[in-house]
Amino acid sequence: MSEILSRSRRAGRAGKVGRAGPSAWLAAPALAFFLGFAVLPMLGVVLLSFTNWDGLGAITWGGLTNWTHVLTSSVTATSLWVTAKIMFFSYIVQTPISILLGVFTAGRQKYRTVLAVLYFVPLLLSSAAVAIAFKALLDPNFGVGPALGLPVLAQDWLGDPNLVLFVVVFVIAWQFVPFHTLIYQGGVRQIPASLYEAAEIDGAGRVQQFLHITLPQLKYTIITSSTLMVVGSLAYFDLIFVLTGGGPGISTRLLPLDMYLTGFQSNEMGAASVLGVILVVIGLALALMLQRLGGKDRNVSQLEGA
Amino acid sequence: MPSRVADRDTAPPPQENVRETSAAAAPTRRRRNILGGLGGWVWLVVIILPIYYVVITSVKEQAGFFSANALLPPADPTLANYELVLHNQFVRYFFNSVVITIGSVIPALLVSFMASYALVRGRGRFLSWTNSLFLLGLALPIQATIIPIYYMITKMHLYDTLLALILPSIAFAIPITVLILNNFMRDIPRDLFESMRLDGCSEWSMLWRLALPMTRPALVTVGIYNGLQVWNGFLFPLILTQSPEVRVLPLSLWTYQGEFSVNIPAILAAVVLSTLPLLVLYILGRRQMLSGLTAGFSK
Repeated sequence: MSEILSRSRRAGRAGKVGRAGPSAWLAAPALAFFLGFAVLPMLGVVLLSFTNWDGLGAITWGGLTNWTHVLTSSVTATSLWVTAKIMFFSYIVQTPISILLGVFTAGRQKYRTVLAVLYFVPLLLSSAAVAIAFKALLDPNFGVGPALGLPVLAQDWLGDPNLVLFVVVFVIAWQFVPFHTLIYQGGVRQIPASLYEAAEIDGAGRVQQFLHITLPQLKYTIITSSTLMVVGSLAYFDLIFVLTGGGPGISTRLLPLDMYLTGFQSNEMGAASVLGVILVVIGLALALMLQRLGGKDRNVSQLEGA
Repeated sequence: MPSRVADRDTAPPPQENVRETSAAAAPTRRRRNILGGLGGWVWLVVIILPIYYVVITSVKEQAGFFSANALLPPADPTLANYELVLHNQFVRYFFNSVVITIGSVIPALLVSFMASYALVRGRGRFLSWTNSLFLLGLALPIQATIIPIYYMITKMHLYDTLLALILPSIAFAIPITVLILNNFMRDIPRDLFESMRLDGCSEWSMLWRLALPMTRPALVTVGIYNGLQVWNGFLFPLILTQSPEVRVLPLSLWTYQGEFSVNIPAILAAVVLSTLPLLVLYILGRRQMLSGLTAGFSK
């Protein structure tokens, strides 16, 4: 952050003509929208977490009851655990695939371009469409499993609490790997070709080039992509809402879903607001943590791409 | 990413580099990447199989659906499912999606562009504070704020209107838009502004006559990105609307799922129909879209 700030400040001073730059009022409309519909609600959710509200009637002060209720609830503990698991598994599945595909599609051969065009089709689909497609596809009776004649594939994928999490991680990867592949493709194309030429002369093989040139050069791309992926995993709501509805039982009820169900189905807006506050805190904490990992001198770069 | 951004400025086409060297150093560089190729084809199957399944199922007759092999194309494809969906208000949902997408993307670009110009070229505590706030906004999960937004929208008597979807969508598009625009705005050479100023241009005309053309590629990129986000958005429509008159496409899929619960081919026809417009746009503007997104996000 400070980097951007100091840069823009320096830029201001460099204008030696001595006249003022553009009016700060130009930023006012954007700021107003953002304050009104993002910052104000963020503060509002903190306030609402101390109240009781059913979504329609009057709002009454509730003190800390929602907080103690939510923090001691086993559903909250489960949903935090589910959120952590989905975040972890989808991260370790998506990142290597995206990096490899990014490197692969950065090549200029014709057939790779054709492949890449098809790879990016999932970018166009809404989470609702993806979830509905996979629900049909995974059906144990008339989905793809029985069609292939492999009993292993004809499982009740979405009905088995032990399997469903991995199905969810797979569907998430199907939908989001293309986007991260695109980011890595851009990163790889920015690596100067001279580095590879030098390595070639030194006799480095393909794997060595990948490990010693490509990966280190992609450091900041990795941070950008990781930030988006980790913070974004708090936003898998739509996909999971349509795909499993949090079930079976509460085995895929991750935090945002728990919040929705608590607020808009059980009509406990106060308790849901507590979950909202927890979401905000987790989101900001993760972003700051990843920013740290990027190194202090670069503490903005990864967010710049976000 | 300052250093790399600088590289890009002076040596604009990294792509060209790759092409040249791979051509020049062909004998050494052309060792076959068998593993990469294999992985690439495997992933293609992973991507294509669900799409194939959706498309062939959508042209199957509902009656034969349960008995037929799911992976074989139907002997006699039918468009009846599409007809059914189109008769169920699909056009209206499509039109609503168009309205909220255009209604959010254009204002978001406009206010973000003006803000970015001020943030990059201006100075002062107010602007630096604003910039930090937008950066912070990137890490803010939309879901967390949905209850207060619901409250506000109800109080503003906008519940169940398209405007209820547009206003928060603009707000949540701003941080990323400003950030990507900042990255491009910063690369406009200072001299250009100076010489325009010497010619007596006002800041306002520099904004439109210099900054706008120079950041046009970034505007297109981030416009496409935001457009996809709004078009495919599910949460705001789910919570802030109710009537079929203001229903948008992603939500309509969800409701079709309830209405046609036993008619899977019809639901999948709706999935195809909802994706078709974007697919057409993708085929037409693929190069622009992909290269824009790649540059925008890796810059």
